[in-house]
Amino acid sequence: MQVVVDNLDVFGRGIWGTVTLFFWATLGSLVLGTVLAVFRIAPSAALRAFGTTYVNVFRNTPLTLIIVFCVLCLPTLGITFGVGTATQYRLYAVLALVAYTSTFVCEAVRSGINTVPVGQAEAARAIGLPFTGVLRLVVLPQAFRAVVPPLGSVLNALLKNTSVASAASNFELISGLRNLVEQNGNAVISVLIGITVAYALLAGVLFAGVGLLERASARNGARA
Amino acid sequence: MKNVRTVVLAGAATAVLALSACGQEGSPETAGGGGATSGGTPAAAPTYAVATDVAITGSPTYDKIKAAGTVKIGVKADQPGIGQKDAGSGQYAGFDIEMAKLMAAKLGLAPDKIEYVETVSANREPFLQQGTVDMVIASYTINDKRKQVVDFAGPYYVAGQDLLVRADEEEITGPDSLAGKKVCSVEGSTPATRIRDNYKDADLVTFDAYSKCVEQLTSNAVDAVTTDDAILRGYAAQQPDALKVVGKPFSEEPYGVGLPKGDTALRNALNDAIEGAVTDGDWKKAYDFTLGGSGTDPEPPTVDRY
Repeated sequence: MQVVVDNLDVFGRGIWGTVTLFFWATLGSLVLGTVLAVFRIAPSAALRAFGTTYVNVFRNTPLTLIIVFCVLCLPTLGITFGVGTATQYRLYAVLALVAYTSTFVCEAVRSGINTVPVGQAEAARAIGLPFTGVLRLVVLPQAFRAVVPPLGSVLNALLKNTSVASAASNFELISGLRNLVEQNGNAVISVLIGITVAYALLAGVLFAGVGLLERASARNGARA
Repeated sequence: MKNVRTVVLAGAATAVLALSACGQEGSPETAGGGGATSGGTPAAAPTYAVATDVAITGSPTYDKIKAAGTVKIGVKADQPGIGQKDAGSGQYAGFDIEMAKLMAAKLGLAPDKIEYVETVSANREPFLQQGTVDMVIASYTINDKRKQVVDFAGPYYVAGQDLLVRADEEEITGPDSLAGKKVCSVEGSTPATRIRDNYKDADLVTFDAYSKCVEQLTSNAVDAVTTDDAILRGYAAQQPDALKVVGKPFSEEPYGVGLPKGDTALRNALNDAIEGAVTDGDWKKAYDFTLGGSGTDPEPPTVDRY
């Protein structure tokens, strides 16, 4: 495993790349996913149709294809952000990851909403709350408590999906793997093990976080 | 009846999968890298005399090849002009493939006794170590770290890092004119690392395949693609009107035939084969058929018997 020790800087850069992609994509997916879930249960038929179409299109398109589309087609269509090349490709990757992952977040949140008894929403409406108020104050807080475990799985998948971004000028763990393998042909297996351990560590941190959240929401639920 | 239907369905599904797999990225629409001569007219593929009196003693790999009657050669499938699998026919073509046929001929095996195994950079050493392939001919640069785990015959070609640009490009004349230019290469490759380390003013963009870089180059998203000239020549030969190779190599990448570690007998035999091919003109035939017409002709390599 000497090769891992000798190349800690490459592992460090790789982990940093994976973590930043994961962080921004998580943020974007949670927001867009929740909005989509709201669309899918909204009273307006147009919003529901939009939500359903979006989810079905992006959920069923392979992520690799979405990323390649973002990177090869968006610049051709003139969609650029006027930032440096590296940032530009990072934005494309985050965009693709958000477009894809938000569909799974949406479905998780929607299943959470379904666990909230209908009486809760009816009672909220009965005291005069509008649709947004019903969601914000009564339904969504209960729904999110129910979806912590499935959201954990969605985020774990997102963590590993960041690896696809290596195809498009984003330095992360898989890019690090490619670099190390090419330059250390004598220690390919060690490099592979090193990268696997790095992913396992990141996933471990993620699940520890989700576990804490789960316990916290269970306590709140018991109090409510 | 139900079983028959299942079999038919499974067969159809397999066929669809196989067809879709053919359309993999990097496959050009026209079959290039084999018969792509300067005039665009396909030349007849060269043939190499198959040796009849092969006597290699003390080579476990050769014994294995002889017992099987076929030789398994690891090649690349996505590099036009070097090693590329044609989308339609599934046939491999390129300079590495011609070298594979040449090596097989010297071992007494006709081209139809070669079993090509698709390799990527990451699995070349493991394939040799585990005996998945008998040899690797896959734009495989000889270097000291690799020599620790595999042996090399050759080099059979000395490539050099060069730049592929649009045909109307005038500003980029070599690596020193790359400041502020977007240069595309494959993440992890030696050429990408060299740009990152030695030409810090260049704006490096990396993808997972050179074909994507070439796509970015033709759509003006990047200004140059960099890797070994042999690979770039393959792309330039595909689109001679749109692309050109700058033609000033700034590194030396000796391509060798990767062999299992310690098989000195086979290594010597293949070194003899490469020297013989250079002398009798087979090497030139192979070059002209695959990479010829892409610019100046390179010097034939000198075998390094380390």
